[in-house]
Amino acid sequence: MSSATTAAVLPDAVPARAADSWYPLRRALEAVLAPLVALGVAGVLFSVFLLCLGQSPLDFLDLVWRGAFGSWFSIQNTVQRAAPLLLTALCVALPGQLGLVIIGGEAAVVLGGLAATVAALPLVHGGPFLVLPAMAIAGIAMGAFWIGISGWLKARLNVNETIASLVLAYIGLALFNHLVEGVLRDPSSLNKPSTYGIGDGNMLDTVPWLDVHPGLPVGILACVLSWVLIYRTSFGFASRVTGGNVRAAQLQGLPVTRLILVACAIGGGCAGLAGAIEVAAEYGRANASLNAGYGYTGILIAFLARFNPLAIMPMALLLGGLTAAGGLLQRHMGLPDATILVLQGLIFVSILTSDTLYGRFRWFQPRGTA
Amino acid sequence: MPADTLLATDVSRRRLLAGGAAGLAALGLPGRRASAARPLIVGFIYVGPKDDYGYNQAHAEAAAMLKKTPGVSIVEEERVPESDDVSRTMESMIRLDGATLLFPTSFGYFDPYMLRTAAKYPNIQFRHCGGLWQKDKHPMNTGSYFGYIGMCQYLNGIAAAHATKSKKIGFVAAKPIPQVLVNINSFTLGARSVDPAITTSVIFTGEWSMPVKEAEASNSLIDQGIDVVTCHVDSPKVVMETAERRGIFACGYHANQSKLAPKGYLTGAEWNWITVYRQFIDDALNGKPIPNFTRGGLAEGFVKMSPYGPGLSDAGRKNVDSVKAEMMKGGYTVFKGPLKDNKGNTVIPAGTAYPETAIQLESLNYLVEGVNGAIA
Amino acid sequence: MEALSTVLLAMLAGSLRVSTPFLFVSIGECLTEKSGRINLGNEGVLVLGAMVAYATSYETGSPWAGVAAAGLAGLLLGGLHGAVCSLARVNDVAMGIAIMLAGTGLAFFFGKPYVQPTAPLLPGIPFGFWSSSAQVRNALLVCPLFLLGIAAAVAMEWCFRATRVGLRIRIVGDSQDAALAMGLPIARTRFLATACGSALAGVGGAFLSLYYPGSWNEGLSSGQGLMAVALVVFARWNPINCIYASLLFGAAGALGPSLQTIGITWGYYLFYAAPYVVTLIVLIITARGGRSLRGMPGQLSIGR
Repeated sequence: MSSATTAAVLPDAVPARAADSWYPLRRALEAVLAPLVALGVAGVLFSVFLLCLGQSPLDFLDLVWRGAFGSWFSIQNTVQRAAPLLLTALCVALPGQLGLVIIGGEAAVVLGGLAATVAALPLVHGGPFLVLPAMAIAGIAMGAFWIGISGWLKARLNVNETIASLVLAYIGLALFNHLVEGVLRDPSSLNKPSTYGIGDGNMLDTVPWLDVHPGLPVGILACVLSWVLIYRTSFGFASRVTGGNVRAAQLQGLPVTRLILVACAIGGGCAGLAGAIEVAAEYGRANASLNAGYGYTGILIAFLARFNPLAIMPMALLLGGLTAAGGLLQRHMGLPDATILVLQGLIFVSILTSDTLYGRFRWFQPRGTA
Repeated sequence: MPADTLLATDVSRRRLLAGGAAGLAALGLPGRRASAARPLIVGFIYVGPKDDYGYNQAHAEAAAMLKKTPGVSIVEEERVPESDDVSRTMESMIRLDGATLLFPTSFGYFDPYMLRTAAKYPNIQFRHCGGLWQKDKHPMNTGSYFGYIGMCQYLNGIAAAHATKSKKIGFVAAKPIPQVLVNINSFTLGARSVDPAITTSVIFTGEWSMPVKEAEASNSLIDQGIDVVTCHVDSPKVVMETAERRGIFACGYHANQSKLAPKGYLTGAEWNWITVYRQFIDDALNGKPIPNFTRGGLAEGFVKMSPYGPGLSDAGRKNVDSVKAEMMKGGYTVFKGPLKDNKGNTVIPAGTAYPETAIQLESLNYLVEGVNGAIA
Repeated sequence: MEALSTVLLAMLAGSLRVSTPFLFVSIGECLTEKSGRINLGNEGVLVLGAMVAYATSYETGSPWAGVAAAGLAGLLLGGLHGAVCSLARVNDVAMGIAIMLAGTGLAFFFGKPYVQPTAPLLPGIPFGFWSSSAQVRNALLVCPLFLLGIAAAVAMEWCFRATRVGLRIRIVGDSQDAALAMGLPIARTRFLATACGSALAGVGGAFLSLYYPGSWNEGLSSGQGLMAVALVVFARWNPINCIYASLLFGAAGALGPSLQTIGITWGYYLFYAAPYVVTLIVLIITARGGRSLRGMPGQLSIGR
């Protein structure tokens, strides 16, 4: 068994010694400090990169600050970009508890959005209180079904879920395009093929006062609920045990097949809901704009958060902030758009490398009767 | 939100110092350009890379020319997806850079992103490349501009007809939408105006930018015997290079690609956006209203033809030149009845003609006789 | 009948044209996975290899120097993956995704100045000289890298089967305990297998930019590197099978455009998805419910 993969999802097998009441706090500190140190290291490396190009790292920091967090507008910008990523990251993090790596969330987003639109079309005159729940249900169901296929293939036939979900993502996107530009197309959508609209009156508004994407509260709620599910229910415990060691779980009589199916379905449902919200809040109809890469970015966030739903939130903010700042870098430093990709790559390599720091320092470890 | 004004750009800071009213502007309702001393800040937003030898490069080249204009400052952002990201980019340009005139250049930016942002910032001017703006329906601080490039594809077709030996020519297309179909049909009609025996084969790649698929499509067409190819994808680079490598002729699209196919490049249909942008910016600098709806073709200088390549015979050059001269006079019509589609239905009855400005062409949904292929 | 032969010829030509990058990445990944590690980062390596190859070919005028440079770039990026993953508790799947991002970012960043210029490309070998048909001649114009890839696959298979080095890699990949008991250098073996696997993936990238489609731009790879990782499962961790898998995948990919040339334009999105459908079907047919796959290295993290 490769210890590497399980590290991120291992349940707290060793309970804290009763004598060491500060241990949980120190452990939390360790979990916060390690990525922060990694972030710092990535920052230093990137500064060196900029210096080599003859650019000032200070200008860069200033722009990142201004573009991502420096003003109410920038914060809104960052949060707005982070909102859809919360749900798509859960699509990776929930099956991740079982040691599954699902990378096909993108298809769940677009198909979820499409299903939500189709569900809304016959109800257009029923008003938002009828349309929006129908969209949410259809989106969740479609996403759950699509990622559920990968889970089912894994549970029943032992088809590798990473590869099945990747291949199914390509197939799902093809299906989406085929339907949107074929039978479901609104003939009046001339140069941007789209489905019929759900009606302006039925669309989701931005969050009052904050003026941010309605996906944000939904995403936060989903992250919190997922955390409860994983760390406070027997389903979550069973999943984490299975993620730690499948054979042990089977020996203990845990329903591994059902756990896999349920985790994949919930994760897929989250991604499908993300698609439904995008349609309801942004486009009002399904078209190629749904295929914006949220599913793929969600993978990165989930891994950075080490599959912890609460950690997904700051990581989504970090990523949203970087993208928000990316535009300013292009405009003010004349750097190509790929600069932000380089920085993201450095940050990810660095943060994931920092996983090795866990448990290296005695100070963070349980004390007492040693 | 005081934090906003304090931390935003110099522009906002100056606004704050200028007085209460200007400070209010920085709150999200940036007013009209108060002082003439401050440069006009113009934002360009591209969906792909600026150097794609195609759609985005055509815009970026014009933007680069404008950078030399005194009193104008250009901010650009490339690879902005047609999603909420573009609203964020526009707002960021307005709030953090002080841009007052924005050019979101990709078709899909219009609805809902540009419209929504324009409603939020009524004092900022938005002009969208695509031609969707309608009076009474869309805000007055928005507008569209577009060029009738189908005419150039017609000329491409004439050039292709003079170069082809197999009487089969090819078209690599992204999606069967009206803009693309007009180009395919114009190319075919141009070729068949020279020799009615010519047929066009079309392959749809389904994506605006997917080089491997475009190369595969070109090769498939060439294997089938076509010997002139053109395309309508965001970056024609791969199509042109594949044609050159396989020793057939090519007609360009979007920008000048003659460097990519020095032997086989016949001519090409190019955008000439500088005409439009220059006019808009002159209007803005002189305090005149910027037009909401602008369109033009060859005669107006919105589009142009690439210089002829060595592959085009003298007879071909003369033919293209003479038709182009007709077009420059204005009113030249490519789509005129009787015209049949490739299923045998009459789509334009005898006696009816649709000039380039005709609204009917904007919802065109057929392939004309002589095109092999169907739209689903 | 003529239509059918057009499609078949197009699929043959297509599989020879587009299979090479899949072949290189999949045998590279095969080597890495045989040692018990997975490297999803080969997508990024492919893109970086393509950029480095094109830039080097442009700067030096020699496409073969470009191929070598692409291999070197792959070696370095793969080495980074290998080195970091040998640290305790680092997740190789996640790190692969990070490497993918880093490789793509570096390639896009440093590749900007090379989008416009035209670099010298690799010449093809005309195996179709005997035919009078231009289509056949072109279909059989084969890139030397394709032959190199096949040779590498055959050599790798032989190496796994018949040499000490191959055996050591297999033991390290199959059973950590056995490798420890035999005193094999586990970390070093995996590091080298990862670096060398990525070097092969880098060469696959050189094919993209220096042969087909034969230019550098940011849309060059549409996930070929990731799909190649899928093909390794499909090929049961056998380099020879990687050849068949790549050819089949390439042929299925040529179905979409070639059907359109004979006038079948309905549902082109679905036909373009043919390679993925084929992959999924093969995965399902060959799956063995509840048991590990034959040929799968026991230490592979994705195989639990």
